[in-house]
Amino acid sequence: MKPSEFEYHAPETLAQAVALLAELPDAKLLAGGQSLMPMMNFRYLMPGQVVDLNRVAELSGIAVESGRLRIGAMTRQRDIEQAPLVARHAPLIPEAYQLVSHKQIRNRGTYGGALCQLDPSSEQPCFTAALDGVLTIVRHEDGRAAARELPMSEWAVMYMTPALEEGEMLASVSLDIWPEGHGYAFTEYARRHGDYAIVGVAALCAADAGGRIDRLSVALCGVGPGPVRLSATETAVRGQAMDEDAIRAAVREARAIDFMADAHVTADYRQHLAGVLTERALRTAFARTRNHAGA
Amino acid sequence: MDVSDIRPATLTDDGRYIGKRVMRTEDDKLLKGQGAYVDDLHLPGMLHGAALRSPHAHARIVSIDTAAARALKGVHAVYTHADLPAPAQARVPSMLPNPAIRLDRGQELLASRETTFAGEAVAFVVAESRYIAEDACALIEVEYEPLPVSADCRKALEPGAPLCHSDAKDNIAAQVDVGFGDIAAAFDGAAHVVEETYWQNRGSAHSMETRGYVAEFHPASGQLTVWSSGQAPHHEKKNLATLLDWDPERLRVIMNDVGGGFGPKLPFYPEEGLVAVAAVDLKRPVKWIEDRREYFLTTTQERDQWWTIAVALEADGRIRGVRLSMIHDNGAFLPWGMITPYISITTTPGPYVIPAMAADLKVVFTNKGATSPVRGAGRPQAVFAMERILDKAARTLGMDRAELRRRNLIQPEQMPYDVGFIYRDGKPLKYDSGDYPACQQAALDHADYAGFAHRKAQARAQGRFLGIGLASFVEGTGMGPFEGATVRVQRNGRIAVLTGATPQGQGHKTTFAQIAAEQLHVQLEQVDVITGDTSGISMGVGTFASRITVNAGNSVYLAAQIVRQKLIKLAAFMLKCDETEITLGAGAASMLSNPDRRMGYGELAHISQGMPGFSFPEGFTGGLEETHYFTPSQSTYCNGTAVVELEIDRDTGQIKILDYVMAHDSGKLINPLIVDGQVIGSIAHGIGNATLEWMQYDEGAQPITTNFGEYLLPMATDVPNIRIVHLETPSPLNPLGVKGVGEGGTIPAAAAIVSAMEDALSEYGVIFTEAPLVPQRVFEKLKEAGAYEVPVLP
Amino acid sequence: MDTRKITTVVNGVTYEREVETRRTLGDFLRHELELTGTHYGCEHGVCGACTVLLDGRTARSCLTLAAQVDGHEIRTVESLARADGTLDELQTAFRECHALQCGFCTPGMLMTLTELLGETDDPSEEEIREAITGNLCRCTGYQPIVAAALLAARRLREAKAGASIQHKE
Repeated sequence: MKPSEFEYHAPETLAQAVALLAELPDAKLLAGGQSLMPMMNFRYLMPGQVVDLNRVAELSGIAVESGRLRIGAMTRQRDIEQAPLVARHAPLIPEAYQLVSHKQIRNRGTYGGALCQLDPSSEQPCFTAALDGVLTIVRHEDGRAAARELPMSEWAVMYMTPALEEGEMLASVSLDIWPEGHGYAFTEYARRHGDYAIVGVAALCAADAGGRIDRLSVALCGVGPGPVRLSATETAVRGQAMDEDAIRAAVREARAIDFMADAHVTADYRQHLAGVLTERALRTAFARTRNHAGA
Repeated sequence: MDVSDIRPATLTDDGRYIGKRVMRTEDDKLLKGQGAYVDDLHLPGMLHGAALRSPHAHARIVSIDTAAARALKGVHAVYTHADLPAPAQARVPSMLPNPAIRLDRGQELLASRETTFAGEAVAFVVAESRYIAEDACALIEVEYEPLPVSADCRKALEPGAPLCHSDAKDNIAAQVDVGFGDIAAAFDGAAHVVEETYWQNRGSAHSMETRGYVAEFHPASGQLTVWSSGQAPHHEKKNLATLLDWDPERLRVIMNDVGGGFGPKLPFYPEEGLVAVAAVDLKRPVKWIEDRREYFLTTTQERDQWWTIAVALEADGRIRGVRLSMIHDNGAFLPWGMITPYISITTTPGPYVIPAMAADLKVVFTNKGATSPVRGAGRPQAVFAMERILDKAARTLGMDRAELRRRNLIQPEQMPYDVGFIYRDGKPLKYDSGDYPACQQAALDHADYAGFAHRKAQARAQGRFLGIGLASFVEGTGMGPFEGATVRVQRNGRIAVLTGATPQGQGHKTTFAQIAAEQLHVQLEQVDVITGDTSGISMGVGTFASRITVNAGNSVYLAAQIVRQKLIKLAAFMLKCDETEITLGAGAASMLSNPDRRMGYGELAHISQGMPGFSFPEGFTGGLEETHYFTPSQSTYCNGTAVVELEIDRDTGQIKILDYVMAHDSGKLINPLIVDGQVIGSIAHGIGNATLEWMQYDEGAQPITTNFGEYLLPMATDVPNIRIVHLETPSPLNPLGVKGVGEGGTIPAAAAIVSAMEDALSEYGVIFTEAPLVPQRVFEKLKEAGAYEVPVLP
Repeated sequence: MDTRKITTVVNGVTYEREVETRRTLGDFLRHELELTGTHYGCEHGVCGACTVLLDGRTARSCLTLAAQVDGHEIRTVESLARADGTLDELQTAFRECHALQCGFCTPGMLMTLTELLGETDDPSEEEIREAITGNLCRCTGYQPIVAAALLAARRLREAKAGASIQHKE
């Protein structure tokens, strides 16, 4: 299982990278390689051109910028998992990373790579959706990298196909920072440790001084082409208690998703798991929310 | 795991090695990354092969155009069937003929006219690198005419079903009816008859090292050497000699380090023949290493078996008779005859007294990769069917599952026990020894089976579902006809042990060194064990079926004893004393009365190998060496009982094993450290069978699990700590008293685990009749039973 | 044929080579440098037999191009034993606990556990099992590997605390 021949490019700046992409629109971007290389080894993908982004330093980094958490597309998953900034501002993320694959994969795999691979069962698009991620996409224009922004809700066009036009690439993602003391949970069901989620749920909750829901965010993965937010419930439960009614509403909405099915997993089973895991995730998120009435 | 009693490989206090937990001599270089696996071999001028494989489950080859492939820079040769020398155009010969086999079809090295499974090789490219060889494969144009597909072993038996082999009259590879006793009477008078149909899919071994071969031909000497990652060098040599029409004296097969075997590396595969043909043709060494996708497609597996089994019982639960009908999916070829399903049938009685049995077996061709034994070799399926039907019987009778079994166990006084069948070795299936009641009881006691009901109730009160399951097995091991060994004292005083046995991780080198060292009174490090080399010993059968310690171990034992006698005789002659005055120790023979009068082993070996004009004592033949082919009278039967306690998540169907107890009797243990490793390792395979490993094909016989993301092997978080209870009932059938051990852990695992899953969910009345029992299936059955309409806790 | 010149340090030794850009790192190590301790078991990043340390962190050498390690450092299983040929603490523990049978997964296991023991002084059994989920073994059933890792961790802690290590020799 050896890759077919390709021309290899290793730009050192973002400007060089987008320039190459403009010149070679069919080129495949090599980020962490943890998804692309297996495809190339199997010869399921046989790109004529490969652009290796690993030397473009400006694509990596974690910072708080204008009240949002910004993460560069080439930032290693393991670095995000262990970053104090992330633990402080988005504890949902390190919790999710405990369930993502294995350390050897996370050491090399990148956040941006996972978002662009857009596997329906992947945890990273899921927590990005829950955190209302905004993606910064760049293209070559007048000798530099010109940027546009896209909300995560518009990222998945169809299965494993993100909303990138020809010549475009993902540069970074900014994420909401929830108030201190917010509740969170990432819960999933996978066959074995580190396997992709069959269904996964990311939940975030902030409560007011009276313990009522000020803001709720629930995203599910493993259900369709992209993560699905329980938007109706999120709106409906504002101002309500973090109680069984809220959980029931979320479970109802989760079970109503139009679930995908494949050779291995039925829609019926996904529906069942969606309900069960939404409930489990919310219980945990509620319990962790400061000002939880019962805490 | 208790590590306190591990002893290093040095001379132990009492000069005895057998029975000691000795560290392995193999480990040092393996730990340093200095193993010699077949892909590690780099020979000057070596070329690399790749195979072009049919994407169709069943197709006629209309045409093959290799021109573009041949023209690619770096390509040295492209072979299709027509390019092979005449003897190599034949099918791989049948190695295990049997009158019950109707169509004993072996594979061609390259398909000539018709491909019968997705992945069958149609062309072979040899190039400067594997990368280029794969590029060339992509340039070969093959026109196929797809043919109707035999995809399901049951549908394949229907009249008019699509044929797996278009020249066959049907899809029956073999058919056999076996039995004993009066089955009609058994069922007629029975108080209860319990019947069920079980489906099982076994999967494959997936050793971490795939297959691979390197062939090298020296025109000057006519010597052809093939290195192989295999389990039976002499078996491979025979096939190569036939397919290449080669002088066996100039053909050598060598197996250095083999990264796991577990059965599928036993048969002879086309690629080995192709590598040899190419090496001879091109006069350059040729290497072919299987990649993992090819392993999924072409390396043998065990697959679907459909069992319909009925048990007739007395009112008190004693078994009157068992009737069964089994359909075995063998894939497109018979690389190992009909051995696997036959073993399944004859394993069914297990440790129970069964007065009458009738079994009909149909072995069916389907357009899938071929089946041959995988660790457990058909026995896990038999134990699953028998143990699950006994669970059902217990439920019907309202009896405890362990008690029902206890009432039917063969008692130790009944040994040797004639089961009634003929076993695969052609001999009557007679259990020679074993204490089945003690074994089951030991497992139950260690698992605190008696206290389980309380644990289950306590957990249930918290909304948790706990279950317990048990399963027992009896396994024929140490099958003959032989595995020989040569024991030789070298002129440097070291002891060489040469055997056809080929370890793939079982630690044979250490075990044989222990046996030889103890017999010859030397330290373990003085013994060199050479395995897996057809030039080391002239005949061999192979390492499979848990047979090596019995066969080769006893050959080493007996040969070493002869060598010991020779040492004494020659030393007495040289020291001019009586043989009774000679003592052996620390690598030398000396006189009891005068220890200064001594001769080292090396010196004695030198003399024994002949110095011109020097005479020998009367009756002494040249060399301090002996080759012995120990031949067992029949297989020797090991046994065990697994008791598994687990928790199941009612919503996901996921299990977590809380306690795994394995009571195991393999007779005398040469190295308990290695035995424990085999038991734990084989249990891991069984855990895989129970809920994880499923080699899936679609309705068109296309494989749909062809990578490690889709085919789920157990990880470190899936295999719990195993608690092993050792029983030792020495075998009366060989001098060492040993029995085989490599597969016992696998055999009852799926049965015990699925039994526990069913027990955990007993309040919902769901019955499980399949393995692997995947979580989604648990969900489906629970949903059908209305389980989710009721909350877990009130 | 697209090639690239690379300079890489492997087990402390600097190599300058020209590599085909599609050549994977594991193939480069095994067949160009003849460091055959790193093994290929699947070539799709699941079995872990090809695990090496890349700039000190475990990585799948089957999913890395040789061209990518220009200017980077690799450590393979061949770097673990001491200069005098004696096994390191982890390797010794493996031997004592019978944590290897066929030995094929062993180099990858050793590199993963070397990384773990470098990060954590006192890993729990659960942490060890989770750490090696990215390394498949078909022979041992993992239990002896876990025992070896616990034993090595304990000895390394004791050595750090000044005690001399008692081996089973």
